[in-house]
Amino acid sequence: MDRQERFLETDRLQTLIDVLTDAGYQVVGPTIEQEAIIYDEITSVDDLPRGWTETQEPGQYRLQQRDDEAYFGYTVGPHSWKQFLFPPVATVATAERTDSGWEMRTPDEPPPQYAFLGVRACEIAAIEVQDRTFLHGPYVDPIYRDRRDRALIIAVNCTQAASTCFCTSMNTGPRCRSGFDLALTETADGFVVEAGSDAGGRILEQLPTREPEATDLTAAETARQQAVDQITRRMDTTDIRNLLLDNLQHPRWDEVATRCLSCTNCTMVCPTCFCSSVKEVSDLKGDEITRERQWDSCFNFDFSYMNGGVVRNDIRSRYRQWLTHKLASWHDQFDVSGCVGCGRCISWCPVGIDLTEEVAAIRADAHQPEEQP
Amino acid sequence: MNPASCGTPAANPWLAFPVQITGITDETPGVSTYELQLTDAEVARNYRFQPGQFNMLYLPGVGEAAISLSGQSESGDRLRHTVRLAGNVTHSLAGLGVGGRFGLRGPFGTPWPMEECRGRDVVAVAGGLGLAPLRPAIDAILNAPDEYGQLTILYGARTPEHLLFEQVYPDWRQNGAVVNVTVDRSLPGWQGHVGVVPLLVDRMQLPDPENTVFLICGPDVMMKYTVSSALNRGVPAERIWINMERNMNCAVGLCGHCQYGPEFICKDGPVLRYDRVQPMLRVEDL
Repeated sequence: MDRQERFLETDRLQTLIDVLTDAGYQVVGPTIEQEAIIYDEITSVDDLPRGWTETQEPGQYRLQQRDDEAYFGYTVGPHSWKQFLFPPVATVATAERTDSGWEMRTPDEPPPQYAFLGVRACEIAAIEVQDRTFLHGPYVDPIYRDRRDRALIIAVNCTQAASTCFCTSMNTGPRCRSGFDLALTETADGFVVEAGSDAGGRILEQLPTREPEATDLTAAETARQQAVDQITRRMDTTDIRNLLLDNLQHPRWDEVATRCLSCTNCTMVCPTCFCSSVKEVSDLKGDEITRERQWDSCFNFDFSYMNGGVVRNDIRSRYRQWLTHKLASWHDQFDVSGCVGCGRCISWCPVGIDLTEEVAAIRADAHQPEEQP
Repeated sequence: MNPASCGTPAANPWLAFPVQITGITDETPGVSTYELQLTDAEVARNYRFQPGQFNMLYLPGVGEAAISLSGQSESGDRLRHTVRLAGNVTHSLAGLGVGGRFGLRGPFGTPWPMEECRGRDVVAVAGGLGLAPLRPAIDAILNAPDEYGQLTILYGARTPEHLLFEQVYPDWRQNGAVVNVTVDRSLPGWQGHVGVVPLLVDRMQLPDPENTVFLICGPDVMMKYTVSSALNRGVPAERIWINMERNMNCAVGLCGHCQYGPEFICKDGPVLRYDRVQPMLRVEDL
C-alpha cells in the first residue's frame, strides 16, 4: 500500500469527480439543501458547499459563510453515510401469490456502486462500527454487505471542529488513520492526497497531482492541528460500561426524561444506530407483497411492543435504553463503543440534550455496584 | 447460496420458505397446534432444529411472528408450532385451515442445553404457553431415558381448562417423568394444586440440587420467582436456564427490537443461562 502523499491543486478537484464517475462510481458528497450541508449525489465541484461552514450548539445548527473558498470547511451535518449503506427504506423480500401458494424471493438487483466524497474520521469509525453489526455476524445483512463491498471511501481530514465534536474523547479522530481509499487534507492552495488502499492508489494515479512542497505538507499539518485544538467537548469514558450498567436506577434518568421528547432525532442522525422494522407493503388485491425495512428507533413507543404490552413504557426507560446501549452494552455486543463522538445527537436534539453532560451527571453522583452474593 | 440453509448464518436471512398446514389440533381456549410441511422437498430435507429454537411464521401481507417449535411429526418431516391467538399474524393463521399456505424463516435462536442435561436430573418448569417451547426438550429426554437423570415437569396454567398438552401427561408419567401441575384458579372437579408455579419448586423432591438443571419458560414474573425458588433450594445459578420472549422483528440480531441489556434475545437467546441475565432481571422496563 502506497502511503506516499501527492498534491492536487484546488482548481483540479473536478478531475477527482470525473475519474470516479468514469470508473463507474456514483459520487456522493456534501451539498447544501434546506439550510444544511447534507450528502447527496454530486456531479460537479459546483455542487460542493464551497465557502460555507456551520456553527453547532446543543439543539442548534446554522450555516455560515466562510471568509475563504474552502470546499470542505464544515464538520458534520444531519446526514451520515449510513443512509447509503443501510438505506432508510429497503426491500428485504417479496412474496407473490401463485396458483399453489406463495412465491417468496429476496431481491437480486445489483446495488449501487458509491464513491463517498468527504468522509470524516468519525464517520469512517461509524462505518466500521456498523460493519460489526451488519457483517460480523453471526448473520450478515445482504443489503449492507453488497453496498459496503462496492463503496469507495474518499476521506477528508477535518481542519476545524464544531462545539459539539468530541471525537478525541472517543479516539476516532479528527485525523483519518485508516479505513479509507483516499484521504484529502485541504489547504489554501489545494489538497494533500494520500492513498489508503490499492483501489485508492489506482484513482490517485489518474489524478493530475504533483509532488507536494514542504510548505504544502506544513500547511496540511497546521490545518489538521487546528481541528484538534478546536475540540473542547469531552466525555470521560473511564469504565463507562460499568458506570452506566451499575446505575440503571440513577435519578438522572428521571430528570432527563422530563426534557427528552422521545422524538427519535438522535437515533435518526446517529451514524451507528441500526434499529429497523420490516413492514408489509401490499397491492390492493394482496397478491404482490413487498417486505420493506425502514429505520426504526428505540424511542418509538411501540418499538418494544410484545404481545399484550410495551416493555419500555416511559421516556425514562427509552432514553436509558438508548444511552446505555450506545455507550455500554454496545461494548458487550460488538466490542466497541456505539458512539464515535460526532456530536450529531447533540445538535439535532430539539431540546439540546447533550449525552456528554448526561454521562458526566451520572458519573458525578454514581452509585457503586452492589456486592454480588 | 443454498436456500435450504435459511436458519444458518451463511444464507440470506430474509428468505422465507413456503409451508402448508397439514394438521391443526385445538389445545386450550385460543391455543392451537399447527403441523406444517415445508413444501420444497430440498428445504424440507435439510431443515434441522434443536429443542428451544423458533421460526418466524410469515403471513404475506400481514407480517411475521416468532413462534417456538413445539415438536415435529414422528416421521420428522413436519414441524409443530403451538400458537396462541394474540395479534394479526396469529389471527390470520387461524383463518387459514388445513391446506393453507404461508411462509417460514428459521430455525433461529439458542437451544435448550441438552448436553448440560445429560447425566443430570432435569426440572422443566413452565407457565401457560411456556410448555410449548419445552416440549421438544421433554420429548428428547423421554426418548433417551438412559442418557438423563430424573425428569420433573412442573407446570402451571390459569385454570384447569388452560392446561396445555394435558392428554400426554399420562404418557410422560409412564415414561418416568414426575409431572406436577398447578392452576391459578380452580374449576369444579379440579382435585390438583391451586397456586403459583414457584410453590411447586419449593415443595418438590430435589435430592441433588447441585447436579440438577432447570429449564424454565413462562412469563417474565413467573420465571423470576421460579429462579428464586430454585436458588433457595441450592441449585447453582449456572444450572438454571430461562427462555425469554421479546419483540422479534428480524430474528437475526440486525433490527435491535429484542435487546435485553447486552443480549439480542433472537440470537443470544431465547434460551439464556440465568447468571448471564441475572443483573438485568432486577430492573423494571429494561
